Amino acid sequence: MITKRIIPCLDVRNGRVVKGVNFEGLRDVNSPVELASYYSENGADELVFYDITASFEGRALFTDILREVARTIFIPLTVGGGINTTEDFDRVLKCGADKVSVNSGAIRDPKLIERAAKLYGDQCVVLSADIKRVDGVFRVFAKGGRENTGIEAIDWIRRGVDNGAGEIVVNSMDTDGVKGGFDLELLEKVCDAVNVPVIASGGAGSKQDFVELFKKLPKVDAGLAASIFHFGEVAIADLKQELKNNGINVRY
Amino acid sequence: MIAIVDYGVGNLFSLASSFAYIGQEPVVTSDAAVLGKADKIILPGVGAFSDAAKKLRETGLGEAVITEAKKGKPLLGICLGMQLLFEESFEYGQHKGLGLIPGQVRPLTDIVPAEYKIPQIGWNALIFPKDRKKSKLYSGIAEGEHVYFVHSYYAANCHDYVSANCEYGALVTASVERENIYGAQFHPEKSGKTGLRLLQNFAEL
Repeated sequence: MITKRIIPCLDVRNGRVVKGVNFEGLRDVNSPVELASYYSENGADELVFYDITASFEGRALFTDILREVARTIFIPLTVGGGINTTEDFDRVLKCGADKVSVNSGAIRDPKLIERAAKLYGDQCVVLSADIKRVDGVFRVFAKGGRENTGIEAIDWIRRGVDNGAGEIVVNSMDTDGVKGGFDLELLEKVCDAVNVPVIASGGAGSKQDFVELFKKLPKVDAGLAASIFHFGEVAIADLKQELKNNGINVRY
Repeated sequence: MIAIVDYGVGNLFSLASSFAYIGQEPVVTSDAAVLGKADKIILPGVGAFSDAAKKLRETGLGEAVITEAKKGKPLLGICLGMQLLFEESFEYGQHKGLGLIPGQVRPLTDIVPAEYKIPQIGWNALIFPKDRKKSKLYSGIAEGEHVYFVHSYYAANCHDYVSANCEYGALVTASVERENIYGAQFHPEKSGKTGLRLLQNFAEL
């Protein structure tokens, strides 16, 4: 049986992990390479790297670091942030990324998903959507959640899958940072709309939140989180044990 | 020397890094002469079967792989590279493969119930067939260990050559073996310690 995946997400700016982490035994808590290797060896099923660099120089640095990360980890690696063209896909794939996550780039250019899927295969294209309730309707936000596009979220995701997105990251802005659990209402709607893997993001505050996610929504494939892993609040090995104790199939 | 066949399909960076990590010095090559000198050959691949088969044909690398495999040189096909070892594929039409292992490549939808997502993406557990000896590639690897899959098609009608399955609403071929010819549907280079062990086992054949 296929397992539920646990995915830590790292934000990188100018070659350093933003916020850093809180682990013992790590010499440099802001080093993407050290962190990636730590997670890879401690039970993460996959890693996501987001490049939040604005400058061209920073982006080149990110590419170098990516290559270094890909050289040291042997689990799947997804890269996102600033992906606007198929050349961007090419750049990160050549550095060892397995999947590329698009967000604002797909909003600016709705053909991007289709072109990338044709070139690299559906399995390579991850559609990541930042979603927030506005007057009771789920809307897609762009530019790191700063701009309401007015696009209805479920329809947007459905179209993305029709165009070739092989996986969906659903990031609920309403639950993000609150640590009160995943946005089950939104996730259920997405799971009903598409038949590709759905990755839940935004809201994880405890091991119990993951248990609830997979128990209540068996169609969700993976849970993604950042700070609770980085700050050592939840160790992935403990989380997996807890999931296993609750009858949820995980890799350990 | 382990040669990784570069025929313009897929990204070979991770695969080369994995071999480097276990102390091998793989050579990524599109030169048939290098395949002739290699001790072992890796046939990688992602993307569409027909494109890949065409490229293998046009570059002459497919013919070189067949020649070397028939000499008894260990060959490992990975993901689409495994599927290419078979006689034919029914991915968007009907296409000829290298024909090194009897069987066909068919859509997962043939055997997997509708509620299962296609492609199968994620970690699944290895199940070894009970009626045969464990493959040398799985030395030090226990049944139930997880490996990473990404695929929409699978190897069918190849029962005699299956060295492992996985369960995805049906038993799905995870790996195959015919004498010196090996194939893994999953990605050993993305399968953590288990995958590295498999690559090491191949390197030590």
